[in-house]
Amino acid sequence: MIGRCLGLGALGVVACLSLPGCFSNNRHQGARLYAEACAGCHGDAGQGLGRLIPPLAGADYLALHRAELPCLLRRGVHGPMTVNGVLYNQVMPAARVDDKQLSPARLTNLLNYIENNWGNHAAPRTIQEVERQLTACPNVGE
Amino acid sequence: MSIRFWLAPALAAALLTACSGPSADQAARLPILGERDVRPNPNGGPADTIFATAPAFKAVDQAGKPVTNQTLAGRAYITDFFFATCPGICPKMNGALLSVFKPYATDPRVAFVSFTIDPAHDSLAVLDDYAQRLGVTNAARWHFVTTGHSATARDTVYGLAKGFFTAAQPDKEAPGGFAHNGTFALVDDQGHIRGLYDSLDANEVARLQKELPVLLAEIAERHPQATAAQ
Repeated sequence: MIGRCLGLGALGVVACLSLPGCFSNNRHQGARLYAEACAGCHGDAGQGLGRLIPPLAGADYLALHRAELPCLLRRGVHGPMTVNGVLYNQVMPAARVDDKQLSPARLTNLLNYIENNWGNHAAPRTIQEVERQLTACPNVGE
Repeated sequence: MSIRFWLAPALAAALLTACSGPSADQAARLPILGERDVRPNPNGGPADTIFATAPAFKAVDQAGKPVTNQTLAGRAYITDFFFATCPGICPKMNGALLSVFKPYATDPRVAFVSFTIDPAHDSLAVLDDYAQRLGVTNAARWHFVTTGHSATARDTVYGLAKGFFTAAQPDKEAPGGFAHNGTFALVDDQGHIRGLYDSLDANEVARLQKELPVLLAEIAERHPQATAAQ
């Protein structure tokens, strides 16, 4: 009896330990990608850095250039850029994690995270939408 | 076994001797980093210990003013190495240094010095623009400096980076074309390096924020009159 209880208990422990592995961890993928690829410069809360690095929190640029953002993340950007009326002029490298460019699915999760945090609100993007916008992006190699 | 038995008390005694004197009962001191040189005393007394000092440098800041070790003598200062177009770790590094700087923005006891490792691009105008964009308006408080325009300026600053225990070198693979790490060095009023901190680690930045006042208290002890005058 005791043995069976122990056995069931052990089974329960094994199940508890292995279950999270069965679920996709993509729910927080956007936040994780942001922390790895973006937060170093744009800040933990999208606050930016002085007039060197533009903020993402409350940035008018996100809505004004919505369709261009997948390409901007994929390729990086440099040169003058106005965000909330402030002129920035820095180099932003392409968003990469583990030295790999981000897939359309990852870009979608990342953009949905950025566009719906820190006071930002935007319609959720779909992977198809992001894929379509990437095809308009010159010289994108998968 | 017996050697080990002996070693601990001997070491403790040596440490106690080193710390005894007027400051024996003072709060913990920051270590002096770098190789030290022990010179025998020709008169037969205890040997002199010569502590390492930060490398000598001559640079010009964003206001066009010269900055050397002498400019900073008598004060604490913190160094880092960056370049204005750096898309890699610099924003995070200088963002972290900005958080250390803010409470001391008008405090003459400590200065901040950021050396560009890309002197060919980072002219005084570029450095000034960078400082203004970061929110640093007083060049005398936080110097963004260049080692100049000569052909050897870059080698000079790489050598300095090494002397301040950080690393900088050109690297085509690195973001922006330069590889460097983001070590802050804390230097005391006598030019000794007293702490090194990884700017990319929030705990290390917090340690710098905790240790800077410890060093300032030590410097104040050495210059009681200067402190009274403030």
